[in-house]
Amino acid sequence: MSPKQQPRRQSNPMSRGARKRDEDSGTEVGEGADEWAQSKTAVRPPDQLELTDAELKEEFTRILTANNPHAPQNIVRYSFKEGTYKLIGFVNQLAVHYSHVGNLIPKDSDEGRRQHYRDELVAGSQESAKLVISETEILEEDEEPKDAEAEAEAEAGSQTDIPTAEAAEKVTEEELMAPKQPRERKLTNQFNFSERASQTFNNPLRDRECQMEPPPRTNFSATANQWEIYDAYVEELEKQEKTKEKEKTKTPVAKKMGKIAKRKMTSMESQSDDITKVTQAAKIVERMVNQNTYDDVAQDFKYYEDAADEYRDQEGTLLPLWKFQNDKAKRLAVTALCWNPKYKDLFAVGHGSYDFMKQSRGMLLLYSMKNPSFPEYIFSSDSGIMCLDMHVDHPYLVAVGHYDGNVAIYNLKKPHSQPAFRSSAKSGKHTDPVWQVSFEPAGETWVKWQKDDMDNNLNFFSVSSDGRIVSWTLVKSELVHTDVIKLKVESSSTEGLEGLQLHTMGCGTAFDFHKEIDYMFLVGTEEGKIYKCSKSYSSQFLDTYDAHNMAVDAVSWNPYHTKVFMSCSSDWTVKIWDHTIKTPMFIYDLNSAVGDVAWAPYSSTVFAAVTTNGKTHVFDLSINKYEAICNQPVVAKKKNKITHVQFNPIHPIIIVGDDRGHVTCLKLSPNLRKMPKEKKGQEVQKGPAVEIAKLDKLLNLVREVKPKV
Amino acid sequence: MNGRTNDLEPGLCPSPLLGPTAPSPGETQAEVEETLKRIQSHKGVIGTMVVNAEGIPIRTTLDNSTTVQYAGLLHQLTVKAKSTVRDIDPQNDLTFLRIRSKKHEIMVAPDKEYLLIVIQNPCE
Repeated sequence: MSPKQQPRRQSNPMSRGARKRDEDSGTEVGEGADEWAQSKTAVRPPDQLELTDAELKEEFTRILTANNPHAPQNIVRYSFKEGTYKLIGFVNQLAVHYSHVGNLIPKDSDEGRRQHYRDELVAGSQESAKLVISETEILEEDEEPKDAEAEAEAEAGSQTDIPTAEAAEKVTEEELMAPKQPRERKLTNQFNFSERASQTFNNPLRDRECQMEPPPRTNFSATANQWEIYDAYVEELEKQEKTKEKEKTKTPVAKKMGKIAKRKMTSMESQSDDITKVTQAAKIVERMVNQNTYDDVAQDFKYYEDAADEYRDQEGTLLPLWKFQNDKAKRLAVTALCWNPKYKDLFAVGHGSYDFMKQSRGMLLLYSMKNPSFPEYIFSSDSGIMCLDMHVDHPYLVAVGHYDGNVAIYNLKKPHSQPAFRSSAKSGKHTDPVWQVSFEPAGETWVKWQKDDMDNNLNFFSVSSDGRIVSWTLVKSELVHTDVIKLKVESSSTEGLEGLQLHTMGCGTAFDFHKEIDYMFLVGTEEGKIYKCSKSYSSQFLDTYDAHNMAVDAVSWNPYHTKVFMSCSSDWTVKIWDHTIKTPMFIYDLNSAVGDVAWAPYSSTVFAAVTTNGKTHVFDLSINKYEAICNQPVVAKKKNKITHVQFNPIHPIIIVGDDRGHVTCLKLSPNLRKMPKEKKGQEVQKGPAVEIAKLDKLLNLVREVKPKV
Repeated sequence: MNGRTNDLEPGLCPSPLLGPTAPSPGETQAEVEETLKRIQSHKGVIGTMVVNAEGIPIRTTLDNSTTVQYAGLLHQLTVKAKSTVRDIDPQNDLTFLRIRSKKHEIMVAPDKEYLLIVIQNPCE
């Protein structure tokens, strides 16, 4: 730099400064003051003090003191030491007129030195740069930023170019020396910077709403009754049991099969008409409709007692109640009757024919007294049914014997019209009509005996006119036969033409097992003989009774007295026997072929017999041992022959069947079921012992008489 | 009715036919049809109808309006009666309902899903 240039350079800022000062003073005393004075003169108040020049030039001396005129001078504070208020002499005289938090940096610090050094470098251009900034501020306010900046740069460019370049060099040097130090920002002069702010567009607020479809709602309300809760529990229990069962049989194949079966079931269910679900209801309603219709009969059944009996001496009457008949069994004779051992209102009727020339089909019908108009079960067979029996422990099993020699078991639980089991020619069926079938009486002794050789298999016996008595055992859905005994007519083997021995077989028509001695049974034959047999001896009889002159139609042990039995025959007679005596105790001639006899379940001395002339005879030996106390035709037409009779096990009624397929239910009048009269001060004795004694008393009379005769 | 108990009331001795083995549908359907036919042809029976669980008649032998009226009213009554019986003892259940009126007798047999209603004139 040349010395010539320096003064010029110095003069330049000087002139600028002068001009600045002029401008400053001008605002106070220059042109501005004149203007102000002029305006003032116009409103100068009239009472303004007029001062002379001398007065104006008079000097007043004022001394500045360091005391703060506003500072309090009488501050007292309580002194705890002395216990009194004391004047505080020293008062802080400092008055702060202006304070500002600055960012000064001590000169000795690194930062301070660095800045000082830098300031020295840019010292020359400092003032001009300041100016530039101020000018740009003004220009920006005028909203012409581009032009002003260009001007300022052009103006400042010449003076700041070199030093900034030098400074930049220095900075880069420093940066190289301490490259990791962050680059310092140049401190802005807080009095000389502009803060710029601009407001962006405020986006208008917008509300947008949309409504979705409400989720589906349902109102559900219910009251949980006690029984609904109970049902839910029961259902849950069933479910649990089912799952348990499933777990047990959880082989994959079985599972698949089960699924298929289930599917089939459901398809079946959907196919079948809804109407099947009212089966039960329909049956109940049918019974109720019948009850309404036959209400008077039902009332008679339960409550009617023939008042006329009191005026009769001994005789009784039979009151006809319901009549059972079915179109399907028309013209088929009733060949067998049997009450169900469990359901006392249910009985089975076997239909067939006794006529050798008119053999056709057979029917097995089960009627209930609750529905006299239609049978509960219907089974039909090709061959006529000749006899039937129902199992005591399994009341749904019915054994039947057919005219063609077959035996069969019907299962009421199975809806098929075909028998559950049936004998065949191979399995040893009878070659002649089966005249009686009977399940073994299920006594305790019997069961014990049975366990030894048969595993509690079902067992029943049949008798046929082919002379065989067969024991049938049900082994795995097959009927196995064992011949118990073959009836031979004694001393009837005749010499044939060429010395051949012809054995005529006895034709069994009826049999009955002894109630207590389980191996002993009676067989009635077509020849009129009655054999007492044992299961253990198949070759010979224990006893033979020359009972009748014609075929024996029924033999029956007395339900109370173990020695007494009764037989009836087509030779018009009913005979009562003591099985230890070969001659009959009582003989009754009924003037017509006797089809059936039956002991009453309530008394040891009462029995009923039916004859082909359509009459029912009821005897009570304790009342009249010579003739029947009731002798009554019970069929509509005289032609009809009564074939069978049965007492109901509990109700005082009998059912009789005729050869036209009708079954009539009759009520026994009070005289027919008279019990021993009550005597004063004496208890009425009841029970089997009394019944036995009653019959024994009668028999003793006869036994005593017999030897005399 | 007359206060005296009758041994032949419906539920008394269940006949063994109501055993556990369910009959095959084909046979049963014919049987039920036949039973319904028998009931309808029985002396004094005015009409029979089968009503489902909602009280809607499924089959009937009466005219439409009568059926609808009977079905709706008797359904309500049966539900109430059943509820009464079961509220007293949850293990119990309603098996039969008979309403004796001056003119005739209405018999309702509720099944699991259906009601069988029979109207009979017992005095005929």
